[in-house]
Amino acid sequence: MPHITRDEVAHLASLARIDLDDAELDHLAPQLSVILESVASISSVAGDDVPPTSHPMPLTNVYREDVVVPGLTAEQALSGAPASEQQRFSVPRILGDEQ
Amino acid sequence: MSDTLVAWDDVLASYDPALGLEVHVELNTHTKMFCGCPTEFGAEPNTQVCPVCLGLPGAMPVVNRKAVESAIRIGLALNCEIAAWCRFARKNYFYPDMPKNFQTSQYDEPIAFEGYMDVMVEGEIHRVAIERAHMEEDTGKSLHVGGATGRIHGADYSLVDYNRAGIPLIEIVTKPIMGSREKAPLIAKAYVAQLRELIVALGVSDARMDQGSIRADVNLSLAPAGTGSLGTRTETKNVNSLRSVERAVRYEMQRHAAVLNSGQPIFQETRHWHEDTGVTTSGREKSDADDYRYFPEPDLVPVAPDRAWVEELSGTLPENPREKLERLQADWGFSDLEMRDTVGAGALGLVEETIAAGAAPQAARKWWLSEMARRANDSGVDIAELGVSPAQVAAVQSLVDAGTINDKLARQVFDGLLAGEGTPEEIVAARGLAVVSDDGALGAAVDNAIAANPDVADKIRDGKLAAAGALIGVVMKEMRGQADAGRVRELIVEKLT
Amino acid sequence: MTDLIRRTAAQLADALAAGETTSVEITQAHLDRISAVDGSIHAFLHVDAEGALEQAAASDARRAAGRPASGLDGVPIAVKDILATEGLPTTCGSKMLEGWVPPYDATVVARLKAAGLPILGKTNMDEFAMGSSTEHSAYGPTHNPWDLDRIPGGSGGGSAAAVAAFEAPLALGTDTGGSIRQPGAVTGTVGVKPTYGSISRYGLVALANSLDQVGPVTRTVLDSALLHELIGGHDPRDSTSITQPVPDLTDAARLGATGDLTGVRIGVVKELGGDAQGNEGWQDGVRQRFQESVDLMVGAGATVVEVSCPMFVHALAAYYLILPAEASSNLAKFDAMRYGLRVLPEGIVDPSAEDVMRASRDAGFGDEVKRRIILGTYALSSGYYDAYYGQAQKVRTLISRDFDAAFQQADVLLSPTAPTTAFKLGEKLDDPMAMYLNDLATIPANLSGVPGISVPGGLAEEDGLPVGIQILAPTMADDRVYRVGAALETLLTDRWGGPLLDRAPVLNGASS
Repeated sequence: MPHITRDEVAHLASLARIDLDDAELDHLAPQLSVILESVASISSVAGDDVPPTSHPMPLTNVYREDVVVPGLTAEQALSGAPASEQQRFSVPRILGDEQ
Repeated sequence: MSDTLVAWDDVLASYDPALGLEVHVELNTHTKMFCGCPTEFGAEPNTQVCPVCLGLPGAMPVVNRKAVESAIRIGLALNCEIAAWCRFARKNYFYPDMPKNFQTSQYDEPIAFEGYMDVMVEGEIHRVAIERAHMEEDTGKSLHVGGATGRIHGADYSLVDYNRAGIPLIEIVTKPIMGSREKAPLIAKAYVAQLRELIVALGVSDARMDQGSIRADVNLSLAPAGTGSLGTRTETKNVNSLRSVERAVRYEMQRHAAVLNSGQPIFQETRHWHEDTGVTTSGREKSDADDYRYFPEPDLVPVAPDRAWVEELSGTLPENPREKLERLQADWGFSDLEMRDTVGAGALGLVEETIAAGAAPQAARKWWLSEMARRANDSGVDIAELGVSPAQVAAVQSLVDAGTINDKLARQVFDGLLAGEGTPEEIVAARGLAVVSDDGALGAAVDNAIAANPDVADKIRDGKLAAAGALIGVVMKEMRGQADAGRVRELIVEKLT
Repeated sequence: MTDLIRRTAAQLADALAAGETTSVEITQAHLDRISAVDGSIHAFLHVDAEGALEQAAASDARRAAGRPASGLDGVPIAVKDILATEGLPTTCGSKMLEGWVPPYDATVVARLKAAGLPILGKTNMDEFAMGSSTEHSAYGPTHNPWDLDRIPGGSGGGSAAAVAAFEAPLALGTDTGGSIRQPGAVTGTVGVKPTYGSISRYGLVALANSLDQVGPVTRTVLDSALLHELIGGHDPRDSTSITQPVPDLTDAARLGATGDLTGVRIGVVKELGGDAQGNEGWQDGVRQRFQESVDLMVGAGATVVEVSCPMFVHALAAYYLILPAEASSNLAKFDAMRYGLRVLPEGIVDPSAEDVMRASRDAGFGDEVKRRIILGTYALSSGYYDAYYGQAQKVRTLISRDFDAAFQQADVLLSPTAPTTAFKLGEKLDDPMAMYLNDLATIPANLSGVPGISVPGGLAEEDGLPVGIQILAPTMADDRVYRVGAALETLLTDRWGGPLLDRAPVLNGASS
């Protein structure tokens, strides 16, 4: 029976960049366990011979041609920005490394 | 705290390196991977963006056919199998230069796989096995504000430009390269250099390391000599020139050896190469996003290139690199050693272009492998990034051929070119470097030299023509090198015999 | 002359064509209605009176010049707040996008504009379309016009309530697991989820990309057909958009409206409330109305067969793995860097970008959204992918096979749209699983991509609240959904002596 601990929830929240406070963590873990229990039945339903469906429609090879299409102006692009400077998005100091 | 390094020879006495190279190539398509935004370099920030590449809610990607074509051609040129059916996948991680906080890439279904490239290193061919080549998109670019160095460490905040976000990238990954031993640094460098030339020959990218249109990450591990096993590897980024590739491999081998010798395990991590100090440093935060939670991109449908298209593209490949080398060597009349040195210096393409611009093969080789190589080495850059073009070198050579300048003066012309003083002709004129061909002026200088050196003049009169050399030197000095030595000799002999 | 707001879109279009009224008149009438009742209903998050009247005036000018842009030119519409509308706020029912004004239009919105439909405003919804009651909207719930203490369904409760309350003759909704059909059922309106890929998703803020579809929300089947034809069709900006042309849906609806169902084979799905025994969770009154509809259709010439789709019992589980997985990735873009809410964390001097992301996402997302993001992150994690997301994708295949087998035996499949009528506000908020069960009957269609409609089926005996009848057809057979839906609508409306909504309570502040 799958059971998700408070610590696991905290770890997942960290991966998802959401800062849950203690009350939220206390609240979420049992709810998630209940949901997981309900959905866990799925892990034994389909055999290896069943192919997965990632798309309802069997489309392939949908492309666009390499031709420029007008986009947004810088003003439009920055219109929702919480902060901007020199026509760029201003973001607080970044800790991690680029991948 | 700096790393301990083991002496190079000692490294190889105890350990075998395994090398891996991941190269990202930025394609030169007119538009981005998933939208119709332009890809021109140098545009004003955030002027080449749209809802798709900006990651606005609701926007959806559409695959650029030309990028798929380029990916297939790269795969074919690397002797890969081209997938009959493959998909894009989301690589999920958070970073401010990533508009969607996932990169649309390919995971377990790359478009090309299981290939190889034959790399020439010091006259020998090494076959480097290619694991895969896949399509993905580039990120935006950040300016880090407030720190001392403009780098991310110590910055107060960052300014992001998404013009580059979404530009098509092809990632090419080698299988572990084993058995390279002391040649590991050279093989790494040669692989990147020759891969670069192949990419340029395909016409799919500018592939300039200094501009970031080709980027190399170096993976290295050491295992105890003779065991054939694989050790723990580190990945080194920020390797921005061919020179850096070679140096970074060497450094990491020495660093790994020191760690292993001390009985410590190698920490699997990403490191940063610093060309200025010649060291790698640890990446500042261990990534918790090693679990990228890949899943097939649900907004895109599979790419299934039909075999007829792949056949057609096979016909558009440039000449096989080995055959090309043989052909060029024959055309140019280079010895094996000369060819080997040219390739080893990463100058093959440069020499080729210089010859195409009109210079004789030997002259082209001479300039690039001596003069330019020396200058590049002094400045700590690759010769391709020196700032002198093949066309310029050919132009300088033709001035020499015409007798306008000589080899020695040519060096001053190169000074001028690197300083951005104009074309070779303009520099010759501005700096007054033209060889004086006016017999009057030359004759006057010769007379001065004769008058100042009566003993030498007497010897020449007596038939000891070899002594003319000393007088030539005097004349050249007076003429500040701007004389044709051959004509000076003729005048001396005329006047004294 | 019937009040403008009580007419169907088709009737309004006819009136405009006949010169009996103008778009400005119609639009103003609806704006007045909104002013009168939306204080109680709260269907709208944003009303663009000025813009709508300008568009209406432009419509009238076109018509005067003899150049109407489409058959629905001048008929106003409301748009679910999950679709990008240039210049109008688009919040997706979330604090995360409070005040965000998109610089571009969704394709379906662009098509509405090109066709001349004035846009009245944006309608309320469960936050980021996650929910079945519109109670998860960060801006307060919408109230069911049939009983203001009850939910209007979700996630598209706003669009359904707006249409049910005569605030708009037409609305756009989106359906990922029933978010058009289920609100339709509990508000006595018509809602359609088209074949997956047949209506563009460009500009639809994604919840679960492989399940989401845009669809019409209306009071009659013909109105849905008219709207569907207008917005449907291939979009080169949407790679999952099919190239087949939209079939003639209005023709199908008109054909169906005769009420003749001779030769039509109806499959009643045992696992979706069709089994007389052992279907606990299905309200008696709902089953009653459903059976009545089946009987009516038989009387009109249809044959009924019971079909079994045994894999449907796993549909809910598959859905609640696939959706959170895709959604967790889709919602990662809301990180306070480029748009949306930015909140600085408390007690941290000089916060980093990561700190700001975490604080903003905690402040900007509601509980249900956080639940699903965590669940999705878990389902995609290495070590869990195969057992959860991977398996769920396989179960999709099995469900599609069940549909294929069922459609061998029947032309359309029938079920009640939802297990119960509208429940009271607050009743299921503390029990996520209980909330999820509302989607039991609607989810299979999204997993397989088949089209479906919910048609008003009457009122349940025990509470006098609307019941919806769901009709499903094979992929690409959207016309069948309209034909059979229109037929059932005719049969029922004839029996009732008028539309179901005529029996809806009069709303406070309303004049009619």
